[in-house]
Amino acid sequence: MLHFKKNHEKSNNANREIANITYLFVALFIFMLGYFMYYIGISSTEAINNTYNSRQELLAKKVIRGKIYARNYEVLAETLVNADQTETRLYPFGNLFAQAVGFSTKGKIGIESLANFNLLTSNAYASERLQDIIEGEKSIGDNVVTTLDVSMQQVANEALGVYKGAIIVMDPTTGEILSMVSKPDFDPNKINELWEDIYIDTEEGPLLNRTTQGLYPGGSTFKIITLLEYLREQKNNYLDYSFNCTGKFIKGDSVINCYHGISHGNVDLMQSFAKSCNSSFSNISTGLNSNQFRKTCNDLLFNQKLPVSFPYAESFVPISASSSVNEVMQTAIGQGTTQVTPLHMAMITAAIANDGNLMVPYLLQRVENYNKDLVKEYKSKSYGKLMTVKEAELLQLFMEEVVQSGTATILKDSKYNAAGKTGSAEFSSNKTESHAWFTGYACMNDKKIVVTIVLEGAGSGGEYAVPIAKRIFDEYFE
Amino acid sequence: MANIIVEFSKYAIIIFMAFYTLECFIVFRYHSEEERNGIYIRQNILMFLIHFISFVVLCLATKNSMLIILYAFQQLSLFATIALYRVIYPRANRLIINNMCLLMTISFIILTRISYEKSVKQFKIVIFSIIITMFIPYLVKKIKIISLFPLVYGFLGIAALLIVMILGKVINGSKLSYSIGGFSFQPSEFVKILFVFSIAGLLCKSTELKQIILVTIMAAFHILILVFSKDLGSALIFFVAYVIMLYIASRNWLYLLAGLISGSMASIIGYQLFGHVRTRVQAWKDPWSTIEEAGYQVTQSLFAIGTGGWFGMGLTQGSPDKIPVVVSDFIFSAISEELGGIFAACLILVCVSCFVMFMNISMRLEDTFYRLIAVGLATIYGFQVFLTIGGVIKFIPLTGVTLPLVSYGGTSILTTHMVFAIIQGLYISEHKKLNLKAKIDLEQIKN
Repeated sequence: MLHFKKNHEKSNNANREIANITYLFVALFIFMLGYFMYYIGISSTEAINNTYNSRQELLAKKVIRGKIYARNYEVLAETLVNADQTETRLYPFGNLFAQAVGFSTKGKIGIESLANFNLLTSNAYASERLQDIIEGEKSIGDNVVTTLDVSMQQVANEALGVYKGAIIVMDPTTGEILSMVSKPDFDPNKINELWEDIYIDTEEGPLLNRTTQGLYPGGSTFKIITLLEYLREQKNNYLDYSFNCTGKFIKGDSVINCYHGISHGNVDLMQSFAKSCNSSFSNISTGLNSNQFRKTCNDLLFNQKLPVSFPYAESFVPISASSSVNEVMQTAIGQGTTQVTPLHMAMITAAIANDGNLMVPYLLQRVENYNKDLVKEYKSKSYGKLMTVKEAELLQLFMEEVVQSGTATILKDSKYNAAGKTGSAEFSSNKTESHAWFTGYACMNDKKIVVTIVLEGAGSGGEYAVPIAKRIFDEYFE
Repeated sequence: MANIIVEFSKYAIIIFMAFYTLECFIVFRYHSEEERNGIYIRQNILMFLIHFISFVVLCLATKNSMLIILYAFQQLSLFATIALYRVIYPRANRLIINNMCLLMTISFIILTRISYEKSVKQFKIVIFSIIITMFIPYLVKKIKIISLFPLVYGFLGIAALLIVMILGKVINGSKLSYSIGGFSFQPSEFVKILFVFSIAGLLCKSTELKQIILVTIMAAFHILILVFSKDLGSALIFFVAYVIMLYIASRNWLYLLAGLISGSMASIIGYQLFGHVRTRVQAWKDPWSTIEEAGYQVTQSLFAIGTGGWFGMGLTQGSPDKIPVVVSDFIFSAISEELGGIFAACLILVCVSCFVMFMNISMRLEDTFYRLIAVGLATIYGFQVFLTIGGVIKFIPLTGVTLPLVSYGGTSILTTHMVFAIIQGLYISEHKKLNLKAKIDLEQIKN
């Protein structure tokens, strides 16, 4: 009997350990359940919208794809139901929004891909949907309202003309993308017939949205970053800088030439930037701390992911502690292996124009049901500071000088105040060919916009890209 | 008409499942099975309703009249299981029976949805398993000498695993099995039970250092063979069961800590040593960047769960066939896609309720050997559920284990039925003992 009792006590005490293990497991399960519910409720949106998710096609069987609107409710894409119940996707503006709006029948790109799930979801009134289910009809999908502006897109498109290249226009105070033009383009209405030709055309790449996915050498526009690094390192004595430009700069066995070999004579820092003097910037670069230079590049989102929700290419700067002198010099003037997208350049420019604070670029404003009731609103949001207010203000001064006395004087004497930086990026061993760049902003009263332009193989930025910027600014501030 | 039924049935199924799950936990407020009677009957009704509505939808959607026959047989077998247990084992724990039947019901529904042939095959295995395991609670009561041969169980297990490692064929690069008459047979599933018996038998004798070393060597052999067979999911389950049984037997939390540390170290070494482990971990960290290769399985699963959302696509409205190995490892994703996230969350809670009930039963057992067996089997069940669901929702890396009672697979089904039946047997025998004790006490008082 005693033995039995002893045993009994022992077993009761041992329950504590079993209870501990039970609690441990229950806690694990609760964590897992929390993760599961968080996934379904919040984080699954991205997965659902993934282009690899073939389940979106299931939705298309039940819902007529919604419309895509420009910011003033012009129709950019809509679905027509034919008499035989087949559907045709119509793009009233043809080539104009080719890559920006994209298409939905041969795979999906652009906003058609970005908002696919929204377009194939119906938030029509419950009674209507009930009726649709009973009658076996398709429900009408939700519409999405973009930030794109038809008139800005038209001006940019015309201004780009026959050149291959990209133009992106955005509002630096909100991050709204007003226009993205990429050429060569195509007519999305004829995508089924064109598909065989453009799909294999990797050389021209009409499917590629060059504003977000085109990687270019930054050319002299990259001097903005080099300048910021110099200002950071020489906080107190950058005003003392001077350099005598003879049209080229030699260090060891590396030679850096100014554009077309022009000698700029005696220049201070402001003039070096405004006149885009390669020799002076090569000279500056030799004194820079490579580690800090890399850090500044990373602050400006090089070599990393951008905070945007649409597809893009990652920009790249090769600078590091082990970079050779030649590499640093090439990087400082935007040559070498540095690669940047127009979108990224526009984001840096927008941060400067917005006193250092980067607003996340976005394309979708609202999702509405077909009765125009709001389903979801995308608010503009800040990414954070890319630089201090003081640094941004200094860069603004330098970029204004480019317009006042430098390579972008075409923009002078307008009713708005413009600022920017030009670039002529050599992209092959043939030194006579270059991409024409301009990135800048203009403001009048409270309105502010950023424009970034790349013309492939056009020549100098001042000559070819700046006039385009002028047309866009003029249209916006009209 | 069919549209409306398909569309609205999913809400009905979710509501019934939610009530069922609620009852699973309300049960714990009452201490005697008599008081719980009403709950159990309500649970049975809810379960039958879920089964019925689902098959109406499946029949309407597939227009396969064979489904009516299949449904009738399934319904009959579920009813028979519940009734037979009531008759043969009136003292059995009915929450466990109900949960077992509900999990089988869910399995019937989703497998029939995915593949009629697989569902029929699975049903045959289920019937076989129910009949075989019906005797187990009786045997547990009768056979008193089970605890005497722990080394025999251990060596039997090791031998079985070794044979598979040497002779078995590779499926999916990591799982080893025999194939008998079209039924693939995975010994590591059975060895789980032998393993628990072996460790329990060794630990109930003594927890002195010498004995613990012996136990550790025994466990290490099992786990290492599994690791070299590339069956890491099973290796992990064996390891966790061993550590927890050791902790319960020794009542020393240092063993738990030591287990945790050595487990972590082993994981790091495994990560360095095995390419397939690295692939799985990377596919877990960022499946989207390898969406066409290593990340394919888990992203397909995430697409299914995400697109299904809270309420699901509705039975037959999703595309679970796009998920690789959907009937076994990824059955949970298919359930979540078509029956909805709420339903799937309830399913997790039902499994938790099973686990808690197992642990609850183990607390009542006075015999150390039986208590260790209950804890070991409960751990194996609970941890396997955690591994499989956690894997497919990307909470943890994929390990490729099945969801007990729900996934397709003969050995998995039979083994889980055995586990449930053994615990049932332990519960019944303890109940009897307690009653006996109460009688003795009563008589002592009288005297």
